[in-house]
Amino acid sequence: MRNPAAGKAHTQTNYNMETVIATRWIMACYVDDVPENGGSCIKHGDEQIAIFNFTRRNEWYATQNLCPHKQQMAISRGMIGSTGENCEPKVACPFHKKTFSLLSGECIGDEDLSIKTYPVKITDGKVFIGIA
Amino acid sequence: MSKPTIIVVGNGMVGYKFCEKLLARSAQFQIIVFGEEPRHAYDRVHLSEYFNGKTADDLSLSTLSWYTDNGITLHLDDPIQEINRAEKTIHSLKGVTLKYDYLVLATGSSAFVPDIPGIEKEGVFVYRTIEDLELIKACAANAKSGAVMGGGLLGLEAAKALIDLGITETHVIEFAPRLMPRQIDSAGSSMLQMKLSQLGLHIHLNKSTAAIVGDKKISSLKFNDDSQLPVDMLVISAGIRPRDELARLAGLHVGTRGGIIVNEKMQTSDEYIYAIGECALYEGMIYGLIAPGYEMADVAAAHLTAADKGFYGYDMSTKLKLIGVDVASFGDAFITEPDCRTILFEDTHKGIYKRINITNDGKNLLGGILIGDAEAYNMLLQTVNNKIVLPPDPEDLILGSRGGETNAGAGVMSLPDDALICSCEAVTKGAICDAVNTGGVTNIDGIKKCTKAGTGCGGCVPLVKDLVAGTMKANGQYVKNVICEHFDYSRQELFDLVKIGGLKNYDLVLDHYGKGDGCEVCKPVVASILSSLWNDVIVKQEVIQDSNDRFLANIQKGGTYSVVPRIPGGEITPDKLIVIGQVAKRYGLYTKITGGQRIDMFGAHLSDLPLIWEELIDAGFESGHAYGKALRTVKSCVGSTWCRFGLHDSVTFAIEIEDRYKGIRAPHKIKGGVSGCVRECAEAQSKDFGIIATEKGWNLYVCGNGGSKPQHAQLLATDIDKETLVKYLDRFLMFYIKTADQLTRTATWLNKLDGGMSYLKNVIVNDSLGLGEQLEEEMQTLVNTYHCEWKEAVNNPAMRKRFAHFINAPEEKDPHAQFEPMREQVRAKEW
Repeated sequence: MRNPAAGKAHTQTNYNMETVIATRWIMACYVDDVPENGGSCIKHGDEQIAIFNFTRRNEWYATQNLCPHKQQMAISRGMIGSTGENCEPKVACPFHKKTFSLLSGECIGDEDLSIKTYPVKITDGKVFIGIA
Repeated sequence: MSKPTIIVVGNGMVGYKFCEKLLARSAQFQIIVFGEEPRHAYDRVHLSEYFNGKTADDLSLSTLSWYTDNGITLHLDDPIQEINRAEKTIHSLKGVTLKYDYLVLATGSSAFVPDIPGIEKEGVFVYRTIEDLELIKACAANAKSGAVMGGGLLGLEAAKALIDLGITETHVIEFAPRLMPRQIDSAGSSMLQMKLSQLGLHIHLNKSTAAIVGDKKISSLKFNDDSQLPVDMLVISAGIRPRDELARLAGLHVGTRGGIIVNEKMQTSDEYIYAIGECALYEGMIYGLIAPGYEMADVAAAHLTAADKGFYGYDMSTKLKLIGVDVASFGDAFITEPDCRTILFEDTHKGIYKRINITNDGKNLLGGILIGDAEAYNMLLQTVNNKIVLPPDPEDLILGSRGGETNAGAGVMSLPDDALICSCEAVTKGAICDAVNTGGVTNIDGIKKCTKAGTGCGGCVPLVKDLVAGTMKANGQYVKNVICEHFDYSRQELFDLVKIGGLKNYDLVLDHYGKGDGCEVCKPVVASILSSLWNDVIVKQEVIQDSNDRFLANIQKGGTYSVVPRIPGGEITPDKLIVIGQVAKRYGLYTKITGGQRIDMFGAHLSDLPLIWEELIDAGFESGHAYGKALRTVKSCVGSTWCRFGLHDSVTFAIEIEDRYKGIRAPHKIKGGVSGCVRECAEAQSKDFGIIATEKGWNLYVCGNGGSKPQHAQLLATDIDKETLVKYLDRFLMFYIKTADQLTRTATWLNKLDGGMSYLKNVIVNDSLGLGEQLEEEMQTLVNTYHCEWKEAVNNPAMRKRFAHFINAPEEKDPHAQFEPMREQVRAKEW
């Protein structure tokens, strides 16, 4: 099995005690359910969450699956990558290529749009998402 | 241990350059320089500018402190008198005796002074040094008429100097039947003579001087034909003599007509003694230009520091402005038919003569001569040196293009990066562009400082300027043609790199040629390149595919997909129509006939896609690649099988063509059309390739486009048979696939292509690049490795698993995908 790794989103949450206490971890899927360097969508009640297995960076990310631009459930099908000198991880919606930071959820180039991000942790080949 | 001592004899341009080159390569030598002149090295090439107000300091190659700063001991005004090879010492006129480990002779040349009675008279000069110039200047103050003996390059320079000095009546005496016999042909000479005569220069050809007449001072020249020419002064410029007297005295091997014999490492017959510049004789030749002299300096410096470099002759192309008249000679200027084909242009009104010699197959430029207008010199020289393929009408190179099309030839920016721009300093195009791109240089002075280009003979300065401007323009207008922030290459460059590297997946390509983690721009570009090269199943690398390619279907409003099976040529059986109807009904799909003569089914849920395709494949359908940057359809009219006007069977041909190119990935989508007669019902001329039946065969049109900027396809070949047509189409498509930028349709690609349609025609039909066979083979490989992607996907459980909306609830569909009824079918809910 691949080295279980915590994404930056996860690490950041750990520093914030309040959030850690409030975080409820749900088991989303197995590591190999999500293609390497790609995403999948999971169902959590009525919520749709996109999970990204950023193998190249050894990081995991999770965001809402809904693209706020045209209200399409498609973020999980987008291509991931990075931008800028700090290699900010990002995902591009497949519909019109709006790109969002996987760290902050902010839309790159359109300040009015943003998506929710979730912490992710990997344990025993299982992918857990922190639901606030 | 003390440093080995190198003594340089001669402080001319080449001797100076040697010091500079050696210092650049190594600091392990003690360098001592002896110069005969009172001045340290100066620019002899631009000597005549001394008369235009430039001072000796302006002409200096360096400051005097440069020598001390670099630890070089400089002895000026002190010629070496003797070399003792046994003891490895030298003795100077002023009595200095020094021991050397290595000796470098850069003694240069002196003017050749013919043995003519009266040559010793006052008012007779040579034209070599600043001292000579000062003497000439002093004499010219009281002279009304002057003559130059020798109509070569230097002679004409000297004549210009006399005019500049105010000599009202200046004559040029040449022994040969033409001017500049080493550089230009007789037609060029006539034109030059005409131009120079108009400017007041008196030119005498076929004149052999018998004596210089006068008491103490020259009063006239007497010729072999007994004619006389009264003059107040004479400048002799009848050629150069290598300064080999010191070498002769030391017993080194010298040529029969002078010159110190050297090998390709610049070593003389004594391995500890080198000779460089105009005193050196390499393979029977003295190189009397600055660029090869510099090259020799570098070769000797390289050999002394154990670097591997050799001198193997040199391009003697030259360009100069003589009294306002451009004269240039490049490559093989004198080769004649039948060894080549010659294109001549002569305009006696404007005084322009141009000659280019091209290979018999018309592909390459061999050399040429330019008089009166040498603007094209640098580009032509580069065309020769880099063996750049000529445009279909090579006369455009010297005439300029006529008929509205843009510049003839490819322009300076199309030169390869390793093209040598400044041959004096060996600076490549790449180095100059790099200085602009990364060094922030914006002008010629900056380039001179940064790369030294243009500091030798100065001949490349216009070309360097063009390069700086071109590079800056490229940067400013559309920032350098790179794919994205992760790849500093254009698609074409990356295509070649991936091919050469044999790289088969995205991460490898990114690791080798890119940086960062990639993005939604470069991933599909690389995916397309990998597919065009290796034609593997694209869903094996699903995450780098653009949205539609990832799920082999077009994503539509609401997040559902459309399904388009291939219907080659638009021909379909009733049974297949029924299957499509049944499938659409079963999965609740909206159906529509597309513009490409097939049927599109909309509204398929992601998880239904494999089920739908399974049924379609069972009925004999294949993927239509409606989602890919690939061949879409080949539209056809019904053709001669039913149509009363049809000339040939357009449907059969369309099916054959569509089957041949189906599945092939390209920079953008490709559409084709085949019409059975000139009525053109298939609208083939609006396609990337269009085929129209003629009485004798087929016409092939290429690079048409519908879309937002419609453009008619242009005729590539006429009345060809099917086999030839497929051959041309193979070449055309493969050439496009390999060279176009990403997401560029064929029409835009053609619009950007230098030389446009005539160039493309030459490449495809005349095989001007010699790539035809290779392109055909590459296409055949793609054809042979065709596979139906959907068949692969439905039969592979791992791939099939990806076609689920929820990975933790694969059986559930996206509740977000909503439909509304419309005209007895459904449509996607508005967003």
